[in-house]
Amino acid sequence: MSGRGGRADARAAAARVRRRLSGRGAGVAAIVIAVLWTTPTFGLLLSSLRPEDQIKSTGWWTFFSDPEFTLENYRQVLFGTSSSSGRMAGFLVNSVVITIPSVLLPLALATFAAYALAWLPFRGRDWILVGVFALQIVPLQMALVPLLSFFSRGVEVFGVQMLPAWDLEGPARFVQVWCAHTCFALPLGVFLLHNFMSEIPGELMEAARVDGAAHGAILRRIVLPLAGPALAAFGVFQFLWVWNDLLVSLIFAGGTAETAPVTVRLAQMAGTRGNEWQRLTSGAFVSAVIPLAVFLAAQRHFVRGLLAGGVKG
Amino acid sequence: MDFDLAAEQPKLLQLLIGVAAFLVVVAAVLLLVDRVPMRRRAWPHATILLAPALLLLGVGLVAPAVRTTLLSFMSGDGRRWAGLDNYVWMFTRPEALTVLRNTVVWVLLVPPLVTSVGLVYAVLVDRTRFEALARSLLFLPMAISFVGAGVVWRFVYAYRAEGQEQIGLLNQLVVSVGGQPRQWLQEPPLNTLFLVAVMVWIQAGFATVVLSAAIKGIPGEIVEAARLDGASPRQLFFRVTLPSIRSAVAVVLVTQSIGTLKLFDVVRTMTGGQFDTGVIANEMYDQAFRYGETGRGAALAVLLFVLVTPVVVYQVRGRAR
Amino acid sequence: MSLLSRPERLVLAAGVAGLALAATACGSARTGSSTGEGGASAGCAAFAGYGRHEGGTVSVYSPIRDVEADLLERAWKPFAECTGMRIDYEGTGEFEAQIQVRVDGGNPPDLAFFPQPGLLARFAEAGVLKPASAEVKRLAAEGWSPDWARYATVDGVLYGAPLGASVKSLVWYSPKMFRERGWAVPRTWDELMKLSETIAATGLKPWCAGIESGDATGWPATDWVEDVLLREVGPQGYDDWVSHRLPFNDPKVVAAVDKVGAILRNERFVNGGYGPVRSIASTAFQEGGIPITQGRCALHRQASFYANFWPEGTQVAEDGDVFAFYLPGDDPSKRPVLGAGEFVAAFSDRPEVEALRAYLASADFPEARMRLGPYVSARRGVDPSNAHNPVDRLSIEMLQDPDTVFRFDGSDQMPASVGAGAFWKAMTDWINGKDTRTVLDRVNASWPTS
Repeated sequence: MSGRGGRADARAAAARVRRRLSGRGAGVAAIVIAVLWTTPTFGLLLSSLRPEDQIKSTGWWTFFSDPEFTLENYRQVLFGTSSSSGRMAGFLVNSVVITIPSVLLPLALATFAAYALAWLPFRGRDWILVGVFALQIVPLQMALVPLLSFFSRGVEVFGVQMLPAWDLEGPARFVQVWCAHTCFALPLGVFLLHNFMSEIPGELMEAARVDGAAHGAILRRIVLPLAGPALAAFGVFQFLWVWNDLLVSLIFAGGTAETAPVTVRLAQMAGTRGNEWQRLTSGAFVSAVIPLAVFLAAQRHFVRGLLAGGVKG
Repeated sequence: MDFDLAAEQPKLLQLLIGVAAFLVVVAAVLLLVDRVPMRRRAWPHATILLAPALLLLGVGLVAPAVRTTLLSFMSGDGRRWAGLDNYVWMFTRPEALTVLRNTVVWVLLVPPLVTSVGLVYAVLVDRTRFEALARSLLFLPMAISFVGAGVVWRFVYAYRAEGQEQIGLLNQLVVSVGGQPRQWLQEPPLNTLFLVAVMVWIQAGFATVVLSAAIKGIPGEIVEAARLDGASPRQLFFRVTLPSIRSAVAVVLVTQSIGTLKLFDVVRTMTGGQFDTGVIANEMYDQAFRYGETGRGAALAVLLFVLVTPVVVYQVRGRAR
Repeated sequence: MSLLSRPERLVLAAGVAGLALAATACGSARTGSSTGEGGASAGCAAFAGYGRHEGGTVSVYSPIRDVEADLLERAWKPFAECTGMRIDYEGTGEFEAQIQVRVDGGNPPDLAFFPQPGLLARFAEAGVLKPASAEVKRLAAEGWSPDWARYATVDGVLYGAPLGASVKSLVWYSPKMFRERGWAVPRTWDELMKLSETIAATGLKPWCAGIESGDATGWPATDWVEDVLLREVGPQGYDDWVSHRLPFNDPKVVAAVDKVGAILRNERFVNGGYGPVRSIASTAFQEGGIPITQGRCALHRQASFYANFWPEGTQVAEDGDVFAFYLPGDDPSKRPVLGAGEFVAAFSDRPEVEALRAYLASADFPEARMRLGPYVSARRGVDPSNAHNPVDRLSIEMLQDPDTVFRFDGSDQMPASVGAGAFWKAMTDWINGKDTRTVLDRVNASWPTS
């Protein structure tokens, strides 16, 4: 904490500059952007709290002149028992079950890979790095069928069964979803974490090695604490991506209440109900609550991670 | 009205299994790597650390990429070689050309728009009292899924016949200034712009967060020095801020370009590619899965590879520097 | 296409009070009879012939969702309980794409309900479907006219029996409104156009329509074209068109599409309750006819299953709130019927799968299903008087009548890239303002060359 005084000075200086930069015009501009960005969501939120016949007949802004408020839409979406209305509560659980391992696994695997690519000198290292990153270009859609086939048929080379089929049923199908998400997350994860790790001072690593620490120990004692913010940043992105994903779940988790996440449900409601706004509006909010909470909670780490990691100015 | 907790138990059990599996994998890798003595050669360690990731990448991405490339030279049912037929189709049929044109429009518009909105906003709210809140407001759309965003914007663009009360915000605004309500998503080529607006709305938060982090990384002394030299706010922005965060801007532009090229959900949830709004990824999905024209779908995918490659090369090069 | 869903308020009611309401809400008192709702022990004798399949599970994948799906599941529940099998039903709005992915990925369901013979044929040709067993063949021959069996026959092999059906050549109207205004049900196309003029002259837009249907947007407009084309070129010409011997941009087809355009693209005639012509493309098909009940529109051409979509409390009857008449052609003596339906195809042939397949092909299943709600089957031996509403009864009678010239929805028989792609898109563009010739040229060029 030694540099605190200096940093505070710099911050004060920056703040002064900032005041000069931001006349009244800048403030207004910022507010305009914020309002533009928030209004659609706000309208949706308000709509989700209005009775069905009102949503369909008048705009949400009439709420202010004629406020009528109901939680009925949420009740239906969350706890309705018919297959046509809601039952989102169960789908929320599925989303959680899908998301947690789908964030943890790529975090761990990408950390290992990024560490090896950043700090272990071996031949072909750069090629592997470029290759891994280049895999970002594979369109997800085209990877679906081969991966599904891998799960359900196993691997067969020239008629010889190399790996057996997984044959997963019921809740075990979550395993497929985890694996799929992990595969698709790795290129970006490895790349981001590699950027970060390669900036850890070499002397630290060297010192640890001189002390006779093994790689496992270095990972635990040096990399993990230092890379915390970068891991958090990647973790948050991966969380948002998995939580909001539709396509991967549709294929690997199917569409039933047993395994499908909220996005699949929301898409189903959007598809069948056409303009059933009351269910769509409240459904959209139900699905967004958890990612929002995660972002708000993690915002600080997240920004620090980006600051320290790949996007350093 | 009931929520059956018992029915959820197998899922939670599965979650526990998943987390346990995660711990086992981590422990196994760490134990293994520590069992190999530290010698001069690094490859045994590297193999252990890299193996799980590379294995998954091979199965999940490399094999599919190879398969897709092969399929793009085959007929729809994947039983005959078709030479370059699928590529000829892609560049000659008017509906496929519309899709290519739209994708170009998207790539030209989205990354610069997202980056500029994000940059302007990040600069404006930097070090203000409400910075965290202000950033969250813009980030809000990122937390709403693409499907959710589709709902939000279908609601904004909603149409009611003239004379009836409008329920969509945009048409209400138009009507209140004396205009006629319009069906925004049904009028090519402008409808693509209305879809682009949705994408910009979703992604601007990402740009804001990344760029504001980068702006915070600019040493205060540099800014102060420039100020003492009498730089105007505009000069300060273009001569100090922008050059200092150049690489962060590049990261945003690159990720947005890749994301936009692979764009799928927004178009799918808003128009389903109707009214001349289709983009490559959409058409690819329709051709390969809905129409059973796997070859054409694969050819479109290969085109995506080719289009994204320069972006990736640029980024890798930038990193290597 | 049988993209079935239910009227909004009905769904609401079902959501609040559970499914039991669904059947009663539309005015039926025919629930609770012995086989429909009874416990496992009560009516099991009827299922003795299917054997016991304890522990067996059959997965069913289908485009039928929502309350329609609930009703299907309730209809076969006694069967499942008596035979001891579990039926895992999954309805999806993305059937056409997902079934392909699942089959390609080696993870097909046991049974799938195909609404498109064309799609079924694609899988049959790829060799992934199990041919119908001797029992299913017998049931299909006993229950359906050769026409129906032909749709699920590929290279001389039968792959499945039909399930539900619908009659598409119907125009919904309000008998009450017609009575009050003194309008008469038209018997020829000319009368229909005259009636439209008469209605338009009163300041009411006579027709309302909606073709928005997610991925499948456009299909109701293709139905319109098929219906008119069937009358214009006759059944033989229609078959030629379906198999592409009659090109898509042939002057006859252009003329038929323009004939539809005289209604659907006529700003004076459409879109009652929703706005200008273009609003047809953004109106959900489920809501297309609703303005009739609000007095904002008089006519809506849609299949028999539209009975499901009327708001709760709407009486479907010849003297009720809504009813349907046959869409007339130029010649009142020729009354061809356009329709559609689903076919049960199997990807595996375990004993429990075969048992369920046989049950679905029997006359017992449609009877059980009809008791629960609106449903139409083309199967012989199904008693039309058990139909849930008069339009269903009319439809069943039309389908069972040996003199009826029946044709299956053409777009469902074409290759998917045309019938579920280019044609739908073309009609959507056409509603949105593109000219007839251009869109038909495009569809014609999209026909697969091999």
